[in-house]
Amino acid sequence: MSDSLQPIEDPNQAVVGAGRPPVIAPGHTFSTVTDKISSIVLNRKTPLGWYLGFGAALMLTLLLLTALTYLIFKGVGIWGVNIPVGWGFAIVNFVWWIGIGHAGTLISAILLLLKQTWRTSINRFAEAMTLFAVACAGIFPVVHTGRPWLAYWLFPYPNTMDIWPQFRSPLIWDVFAVSTYATVSLLFWFVGLIPDLATLRDRSQSKVGRVIYGMLAMGWRGSAHHWHRYETAYLLLAGLATPLVVSVHTVVSFDFAVGIVPGWHTTIFPPYFVAGAIYSGFAMVMTLAIPIRAVYGLEDFITMRHLQNMAKVMLVTGLIVAYGYATEMFIAWYSGDKYEGFVPMNRMFGPYAVAYWSLILCNVIIPQLLWFKKIRTNVPTLFIISLIVNVGMWLERFVIVVTSLHRDFLPSSWGNYAPTFWDWSTFVGTIGLFLALLFLFLRFLPMISIAEMRTILPEAKVSEE
Amino acid sequence: MKSSVIYGLMAEFDDPTSLVTAAERAHREGYRSMDAYSPFPIEELHHALGSKHTRLPLIVLIGGLIGCIGGYALEYWVSVIAYPINIGGKPLHSWPAFIPVTFECTILAAALSCVLGMLALNGLPMPYHPVFSVPRFALASRNRFFLCIESKDPKFDIEETRRFLETLNPREVSTVAD
Repeated sequence: MSDSLQPIEDPNQAVVGAGRPPVIAPGHTFSTVTDKISSIVLNRKTPLGWYLGFGAALMLTLLLLTALTYLIFKGVGIWGVNIPVGWGFAIVNFVWWIGIGHAGTLISAILLLLKQTWRTSINRFAEAMTLFAVACAGIFPVVHTGRPWLAYWLFPYPNTMDIWPQFRSPLIWDVFAVSTYATVSLLFWFVGLIPDLATLRDRSQSKVGRVIYGMLAMGWRGSAHHWHRYETAYLLLAGLATPLVVSVHTVVSFDFAVGIVPGWHTTIFPPYFVAGAIYSGFAMVMTLAIPIRAVYGLEDFITMRHLQNMAKVMLVTGLIVAYGYATEMFIAWYSGDKYEGFVPMNRMFGPYAVAYWSLILCNVIIPQLLWFKKIRTNVPTLFIISLIVNVGMWLERFVIVVTSLHRDFLPSSWGNYAPTFWDWSTFVGTIGLFLALLFLFLRFLPMISIAEMRTILPEAKVSEE
Repeated sequence: MKSSVIYGLMAEFDDPTSLVTAAERAHREGYRSMDAYSPFPIEELHHALGSKHTRLPLIVLIGGLIGCIGGYALEYWVSVIAYPINIGGKPLHSWPAFIPVTFECTILAAALSCVLGMLALNGLPMPYHPVFSVPRFALASRNRFFLCIESKDPKFDIEETRRFLETLNPREVSTVAD
């Protein structure tokens, strides 16, 4: 029994190790960790940058609302989608956002099971990022149905029309996968927050703060019996979330792989999509972590160790993705199928060649710089590379969705796709929604798990008598 | 003060080691109705208090099985009985296509039973608890460690227990009103 209930973190890891940067700067204690993280929410004056950033994000969110309102008013005809390219930006953005979410679950669940101490200071906001990314992702397929007010028809419920969803369709699998993913991510995030909400309740100076954080903390009092069940629950959730996160992007890839469209109908899709999801997710965590640690002065907690480790994960998953591209090429040739063989030729030299080569540049070539330690320890360069990977992964989904659809079996049904103003507004609008939610999170909830940070301090170790 | 109107006596400590030692000694002394409070999980504490295994894993297993069977049964009933449609000549009971949804339902039900089970076994939400009446207890979520021996323990005696707690070198011993 004791094995499964070991402290999740190795307390010694907090001490400066052999040449590697520590996960927490030396000299911190229970009280300094608690005060530093909780004061961002409770005491510190909200920085002017927060207002500016939140305001800008809110403007983009308004653009999203405008775009969606017009869409509901007019229909999907306002987008560039038409036969043969019926999927367009909506599906590109859906896959991109869902993929970004995956890093949060990977950091919180898989790295927890692997006892990676360094996950502790980034898991909370990576999980928040997951939730907000899934929220943005969820918008797209719903509005893409054409009649979003009837989207609840996707769920199996007894109805007077006497019809039921088609369970042999990957699109229904998607409904279950994404809604389960959203629910489990929320539960995981909330369970992790409970002890910290209790800290905020106990430390808040205002009555409103005490009442709201108090209600959310549900009366958590740090009892040893409670902690024991809490730890068990947290580990079990991590164990459940691990296969879940792999399944979600697998199911998303089935949306493509189960179809017979050339370029989609391949078995490499599930693993290659999962690797791509983790790749883009880590890039997004990096994109967010670098400015946040600078603005809030959290370099003690989000150290160079974290940035270097994330860079390494990006390098590995980037190579898996590159391998996926190579396999696609090889199988297209090796299959001997002329439709399959046409796909890579069209991608490389067709009307969307610019998108294809940009994706290779962003996802395969530039990230090779991460092999060099000099690059991995240079914060501005890491930030730029992470932005480039975000763009590259978006282009990858664009290439997969659009180039396969626009040239199918019959040349008479070929066509082209170009996004409209409303396509772009919806996409940019979801970035605004994502950032607005993130700004609210940074302002009102502890962005680093205080309770978990305490466990990796040297003084948390119980000395033997 | 009569022991019936108080919830217990609470000792405050500076570090996790003292709390674990105190809990071990109290358990050796024969106290059973007690609880320790700390700002982060301490594995040794659970053993020191002599508590038992939690039933949570069993609850999660049962939840997962219900989700698994329920999800598959729903798909079977919908596809074979309620709304049979011939899709490309595939059998109505095309089980491989039912696996992804079955899997997702398993995870969903297991995760929900995990969180709700944990909260239920812990008796949360519980907005008020007697320990909150001790002002210094607010530090239990920051950097202090508390051991509370409850008055319902048969061995509890207000004077005797207080004397015992004082021998553990606490920062302070306070009375917890009920």
